[in-house]
Amino acid sequence: MDFLITHSPHFRTRQTTRGVMTDVLIALAPVSFAAMMYFGLRALLLMVVSMFVAMLTESFLLNKKDGIDAIIKNFYGDGSAAVTGLILAHVMSPLLPLWMMAIGSFIAIFVGKYVFGGIGKNIFNPALVGRAVLVASFPVQMTTWLHPIDAVVGATPLATMTSEYGPMFLGMIGGAIGETSALAILIGAIYLLIRKHITWHIPFTYLGTVAIASVIFGVDPVYALIGGGLMYGSFFMATDMVTTPITRKGQVVFGVGAGLITFLIRHFGALNEGVMFAILLMNSITPLIDRYIKPRIYGGAK
Amino acid sequence: MAVTFKGGIHPPEFKELAKDKVIEKLPLPNSVIIPLVQHIGAPCNTLVKVRDEVKVGQIIAEMGGFVSSPIHATISGTIKKISDVEVASGNLVTCIEIENDGLDEWISEPMDRSLEEIEASEIVNIIRDAGIVGMGGAGFPTHVKYTLPDDVDVDTIIINGAECEPYLTCDYRLMLEEGEKVIYGLKAMMKSAKVRKGIIAIEENKPDAISHLRDLTKDDSEIEISVLKTKYPQGGEKQLIEAVLKKQVPSGKLPMHVGVIVNNVHTAFSVAESVRTGLPSVERVLTVSGQGINTPKNLIVRYGTNVKDIIDYCDGIKDNVVKILSGAPMTGYAQYKLDFPVDKRSSGIIALTENEVDMTPESACIRCSRCLDVCPINLVPNRLDELGRLNKLEEAINYNVMDCIECSSCAFICPAHRHLVQSIVSAKNAARAIMNG
Repeated sequence: MDFLITHSPHFRTRQTTRGVMTDVLIALAPVSFAAMMYFGLRALLLMVVSMFVAMLTESFLLNKKDGIDAIIKNFYGDGSAAVTGLILAHVMSPLLPLWMMAIGSFIAIFVGKYVFGGIGKNIFNPALVGRAVLVASFPVQMTTWLHPIDAVVGATPLATMTSEYGPMFLGMIGGAIGETSALAILIGAIYLLIRKHITWHIPFTYLGTVAIASVIFGVDPVYALIGGGLMYGSFFMATDMVTTPITRKGQVVFGVGAGLITFLIRHFGALNEGVMFAILLMNSITPLIDRYIKPRIYGGAK
Repeated sequence: MAVTFKGGIHPPEFKELAKDKVIEKLPLPNSVIIPLVQHIGAPCNTLVKVRDEVKVGQIIAEMGGFVSSPIHATISGTIKKISDVEVASGNLVTCIEIENDGLDEWISEPMDRSLEEIEASEIVNIIRDAGIVGMGGAGFPTHVKYTLPDDVDVDTIIINGAECEPYLTCDYRLMLEEGEKVIYGLKAMMKSAKVRKGIIAIEENKPDAISHLRDLTKDDSEIEISVLKTKYPQGGEKQLIEAVLKKQVPSGKLPMHVGVIVNNVHTAFSVAESVRTGLPSVERVLTVSGQGINTPKNLIVRYGTNVKDIIDYCDGIKDNVVKILSGAPMTGYAQYKLDFPVDKRSSGIIALTENEVDMTPESACIRCSRCLDVCPINLVPNRLDELGRLNKLEEAINYNVMDCIECSSCAFICPAHRHLVQSIVSAKNAARAIMNG
């Protein structure tokens, strides 16, 4: 009788990449519900189209050699495309035409991920690559927001600074469908923290840096934190494992850097996209951070 | 307050299968196959030839260097064969096969010496001549640890009773059933190294061993019991020192450089036996366990006993066994057959069933940082894995690949199920070859 031969360890975790990704989808559920509550069918359609196109693109690229059956059978795959698709939809205006959504989602997976070699190899957050391309291509549609209560098209509260804290926290403001409700985002974030898929290192230093910079420059820090895409970005995009530093120390550098860039763009720049560019810029220097910040090993020189 | 180290994991323990099984003696086998390498260091040189008659405890192979350990006959009888045999590590090793004459005739009568009767300087020679090596699994010759260079001052001896590997219970049973001898062994080693502080460190999942040894040492001001958090690899030498003494062994140095010697519980027990009786070490306690073993046991077996005989004595294995381990789940060696000899380092024989064995295929690293969080040495395992596969050895050395203790925590925790330890250990071996020219 022959037995299996493998290297140690002979016990392994039951956790899988697919399990991690499914947990992220669960954490995004409160945001998805809030999006549907405030923006109704438009939000639902955006999320469905974006996830479908993302998964189809990924499954096609991965399974095209094995034919249509394999593409359908492995449609969900490791779940990472579904996560990218959903996150991309969450940072879209509810007024965005669905065909633009589909283009963004395709670009997120194809250019954002597969050009670099697929999962684990991409430099930039794929959803943000999709968003950046859409912002560049369709600037008007990407910055036209809808107020969820009175259905008036207008600017976001970060641009006007007129809303009250309460409604802003709940999400009764104009903005991207998933970015408006700080409450829903926090529920999902707490789930990810409990499940240990994210740690405090990036989101808290990111938010903290923006808050401190706001106080120093006399900006209302509460507005800065719960307005715009900061809350969503810090918990769901700046925590993307693949595109952020591997060491905890490096992650703190990432968080502080992203916070500073976000504040600079918001306070001194003319752009609407502080969070997006901050995270993309920090993504680009992540390999550099990993190169220079290494943990001190046990018994190593101090 | 239980103490611990930074990092580590919590694998399932499964200690309950064998923890209440009183140590029993395996009946002597019809023959033993004794490997001439049962330790880290130089292989031994044969002193016997085929058809020689040997008695138990008779030296049959002498040390091949200073870092080596002599091999003794473990049953009385006739040398049947001297040939290369595939042993637990997968290597071909010269082995001496002895056919049992059924008499169990020893080379001399056991004595019953107290520690006071023995000179301190004599103890290290007794340990060396008895062929005692690290019984926790590493097999480092114990006498080498007690032959200290002049410029090294050792002030503490730690007895490692962590037994942090899943399934294993042999150290636990020894502490419960032979606590006095474990303490005797510790005191012998303290006497040898002229040390006045002995610590027995035990994980908190063994409360009765803790209280038993506390009882036995309550009047002894030189020995203290240290309680460790239950966490893998708490029993790693460096992790134990970090937990108990709050200091780190500098990279590339040995515990003695921070004034510590660490020995396993079983090593202390074997030292006690040899110092007391004057006889060499010919047997050890090992745990036979796993969901796939019909009757888990803690057994005393002679070195060289065929694992088949041991498993038969435990009523065989179940039909759904897919993996047989020499050692334990985190660091043990998988075996493709049941037919191999146990040696001084064999702390366990574990049979794993289908549902315990993970067959999830490897996927791409998603850089989740879990391997960094659990690495007790603070390495960057995912990077080392990558460098190892690319054969970028110089860069791997810069990333401190040589400091890896091969505890397998990184591969245990990896959600992408990457074979991290396999590639890191390969890189380590290849890098060692480069560094040695």
